[in-house]
Amino acid sequence: MEVVDKDKTIPGDALKSQEYFVNMGPQHPSTHGVLRLVLTIDGEIVKRIEPHIGYIHRSIEKMCEKDSYRQIVHLTDRMDYLSCHINNVAVCLAVENALEIEVSDRVKVIRTIIDELTRLASHQLWWGVMGMDLGAITTFLYGFRDREMITDIFEETCGARLTMNYNKPGGLMFDIHPNFQKRTKEFVEHFKKKLPEYDQLLTGNVIFQERTKGIGVMSKEDAIAFGVTGPAGRASGFECDIRKKNPYHVYDKVEFNEVLLTEGDSFARYKARIQEMWESLSIIEQLIDNIPEGPIEEKTNAVIKLPKGEFYQRVETARGDFGVYVISDGKKSPYRLKFRSPGFSNLFILDKIARGSKIADLVAIMSTLDLVMPDIDR
Amino acid sequence: MNSVIKYFSDIAHGVKTLWKGMMVTGYYISHARKEIITQQYPENRDTLQMFNRFRGEVIMPHNEDNEHRCTGCQACEIACPNGTIEIIWDRKPDPETGKKKKSIHTFVYHLQMCTMCALCIPACPTDAIIMGQDFEHAVTDRSKLTKILNKPGSKLMKGVEE
Repeated sequence: MEVVDKDKTIPGDALKSQEYFVNMGPQHPSTHGVLRLVLTIDGEIVKRIEPHIGYIHRSIEKMCEKDSYRQIVHLTDRMDYLSCHINNVAVCLAVENALEIEVSDRVKVIRTIIDELTRLASHQLWWGVMGMDLGAITTFLYGFRDREMITDIFEETCGARLTMNYNKPGGLMFDIHPNFQKRTKEFVEHFKKKLPEYDQLLTGNVIFQERTKGIGVMSKEDAIAFGVTGPAGRASGFECDIRKKNPYHVYDKVEFNEVLLTEGDSFARYKARIQEMWESLSIIEQLIDNIPEGPIEEKTNAVIKLPKGEFYQRVETARGDFGVYVISDGKKSPYRLKFRSPGFSNLFILDKIARGSKIADLVAIMSTLDLVMPDIDR
Repeated sequence: MNSVIKYFSDIAHGVKTLWKGMMVTGYYISHARKEIITQQYPENRDTLQMFNRFRGEVIMPHNEDNEHRCTGCQACEIACPNGTIEIIWDRKPDPETGKKKKSIHTFVYHLQMCTMCALCIPACPTDAIIMGQDFEHAVTDRSKLTKILNKPGSKLMKGVEE
């Protein structure tokens, strides 16, 4: 007679679920591109998250090794395409520092204004997409409505809506359009009225709050350990704003607050970005009326050759600390160029903070980290 | 008892916040005419005006005598990061002086490789090429994207020197 194991006959044990794997992505709409997450799930509880990246790897760093320093700039548009101007500026600043060129105040102010407009455009798109990830399609349309005004400003002044390539080592490609100040002021006026609507529509919404408050809590220690920067890191109380820590352009002359929150949950990351939009608006307002006169570019050699050595420049993109590390051997193209992208560090904390949450919460957490895949894969 | 009160107050709070959000959408439904921003493309194609600086494609303007300003110096070819521009040149004798002079035979522009970075435009010493505003580049065959920018029979404009 077969011996029946008594433990196996207990109903609760027989109903115990089994862990299994699910691929989320690479074509999942809420992964914002081609991110593939291999989830180990138990029922609906996520036990482990393994991000698999590299689906949009285009070897931009390797391509930079054959290009001249002027040509590198346009490749950085294609990395973090939502903060493309900030990426362009990072490369230009690295080259300018290496050549010891000081650009005029006019260039600095124009770069600061367009940087902040880029940040606003990026946050608007993020806000729209964040709502859509949580099931609210209205926010997407509202976010894009306001973003349209910024892309029009870019199109008129820089010549393109997304991949602008407005900078070159030594200054700007061309001067701002005569309409630039008027249009920017119009936008600031318009957006100051519309930004409270964002709060009314989504921030106060009870469903949204239930789905983000207390979800995906990131402690300050974790943020520092994983190198999470940008609004995601600052929502955990990690002071990492490069604009304050390591000022470039005219950020040391304008008044703005570094948005710092302590909760560290998804809702805090959301609030940090909304507050950053107010700060960006205030920076633009301080600068737009008094753009100083001056040359728009400094003279550089026809072929730019950097002195031998290593140069590093960090800037604050909409997603966090972006670094350009140039190793030069004195030739017309860099020996090695490394980009420190904020998205890469922000992605890999996902396993730490989303473990034990539901799949639907994972989508919310991922959305608040604001990932852009080409930035991560490069 | 407290939990019952909390249950109903939560429902009331939830309805209130949803109503607040609906007020925003309600405003846009009632003010639809004032707030509309959508453009009806392609119905508005005839009136659609792109910005002057918009970068759609590289073009080479010709004057009414079928003359262009390109000397064939290949500065744009060197400035281009993607190998988009390819200049086939030859040396022809100048009809006035009799000296052999470099001139372009074919200015090949590979639109499929162009990233619209516009680095070729400031590189050109004679302003021979500019960015055009046409953005409708869809074609049925890839070979149609390889364009020849100098018109057949065109020659260099007088007075343009390298």
